[in-house]
Amino acid sequence: MEQELRDLYQELILDHKRHPRNFHEMADATRTVEGHNPLCGDHLRLFVKLEAGRIADVSFVGEGCAISTASASLLTEALKGKTVEEAETLLSKMVELLTASEAPTDPMALGKLGVLAGVRDYPSRVKCAMLPWRTLQAALSDDAPAAISTE
Amino acid sequence: MNAPQRVTTWDVEAVRADFPILAQTVHGKPLAYLDNAATTQKPNAVIDAIAHFYRHDNANIHRGVHALAERATIAYEAAREAARRFLNARSANEIVFVRGTTEAINLVAASFGARFQPGDEVIVTAMEHHANIVPWQLVQARTGIVLKVIPMDESGALQTEQLAALITPRTRLVAVTHVSNALGTINPVAELIAIAHQHGVPVLVDGAQAVPHMPVDVQALDADFYCFSGHKLFGPTGIGVLYGKAELLESMPPYQGGGDMIRTVSFEKSTFAPPPQRFEAGTPHIAGAIGLKAAIEYLERLDRLAALRYEQELLAYATERLQTVPGLKIVGTAPEKAAVVSFTIDGIHPHDLGTIVDRYGVAIRVGHHCAMPVMTFFGVPATARASFAFYNTFAEIDQLTDALHRARDLLV
Repeated sequence: MEQELRDLYQELILDHKRHPRNFHEMADATRTVEGHNPLCGDHLRLFVKLEAGRIADVSFVGEGCAISTASASLLTEALKGKTVEEAETLLSKMVELLTASEAPTDPMALGKLGVLAGVRDYPSRVKCAMLPWRTLQAALSDDAPAAISTE
Repeated sequence: MNAPQRVTTWDVEAVRADFPILAQTVHGKPLAYLDNAATTQKPNAVIDAIAHFYRHDNANIHRGVHALAERATIAYEAAREAARRFLNARSANEIVFVRGTTEAINLVAASFGARFQPGDEVIVTAMEHHANIVPWQLVQARTGIVLKVIPMDESGALQTEQLAALITPRTRLVAVTHVSNALGTINPVAELIAIAHQHGVPVLVDGAQAVPHMPVDVQALDADFYCFSGHKLFGPTGIGVLYGKAELLESMPPYQGGGDMIRTVSFEKSTFAPPPQRFEAGTPHIAGAIGLKAAIEYLERLDRLAALRYEQELLAYATERLQTVPGLKIVGTAPEKAAVVSFTIDGIHPHDLGTIVDRYGVAIRVGHHCAMPVMTFFGVPATARASFAFYNTFAEIDQLTDALHRARDLLV
């Protein structure tokens, strides 16, 4: 049971929970979207600076559990410098990693983001890991809404 | 860490034997079910009564002339009488079966609230859960009433003395929770009702979190409406009770239309049955009512004052033991509390706590407890909540405390 919890709360997740990366507001963001999970009260604001079809910078602030904070922090690290197309590909892979009925054959193909694969064994926690990614999805859409809500 | 010797006359092991679900392991650990404010477990008496109904007596009620229909009708109406006795209502006609507390409040909002005018006022408390806020906001959207709030202090105790100042000639109802689900605070409802009645204002009491813990006498309280859910009272889900004073119920229009709530129907006009049938359109949850009766009879066989004393010992013990966890803060420290402990731990989100203690066999609730204004008041997004019933043990509180220490080891 200790090991199962360690699979969920891996060191990398705990490190990002304790020291979230890119955790600040961004004054010159081109897109700012609020993500909110009404079931648990978690919320984050994701800031994206798009320049010539590329994510020049990305940051977040908010309040959430270890899983959602680490997921958001890892997201910002993974996206910086990516084109919008690359970000969308990564987004769909993450959605698949977290929600597809079949477990991914090689989660580590996603690099560090693969540590979130353990969340699949905790169905009630999948939405925590998903929140930053759903928020990103909204931020990347052409008619980016100001706020999204997940359950 | 063993529980110190406790002086209690309560035979908890005998009671636990009545609840088969408690004797299981979860993730290889004995189950410590500490989520009783969300729903309670069911004794064999309730499970058996429901099974017996479906095996032997199942039929629709109030319309059949065959043997099963008569048995089902008698059993359903006997459940109403049990609920009357349980609340000490004057008449079984003052007992309306509903799906639960939420539906009871919606019924009062829709029916009693049908006569509200723009500018009329409904007063609630700062510690209501959403079920006693949102129905009034729906009335507000429809008719333009004003919603007023009795404040609470930093401990989560209601500022009862503020009520009189909030009441005006436009106040039509005071709607208060008896016990807060998120904080455990026991409100002085008798006092609140007396104040409201001095101004001629009726009072609805949400008793969902009160009836599992303490005997309630609606006549002694002089409550105008009192409601509770069966599933928080060791009975089935999907059944609950709205008590209303006969003269109030008789003055109220139907809530939903359909079968069994009418006297006559023609295509020109229908006339409605008297309460409680007026408010029970369609086939009700017959088995649920029968299960609720079994739950009430189970409670009547217990020494409820001894159960209450025992729960207060659990509360005191949990309050003391949980505070050994570094960074733990109890949210809601009113002097009068039911056996509910809401808390936060610095550096750990309640959802992570919930997941981790579950792996140690401990079931607690985490989140905003459908009481977002309470969370806002205390400046927290969510809390973890351990809520106790008379079948919980001191050892389960130790199990929770140990699991919280392990959560800190893992996450902080």
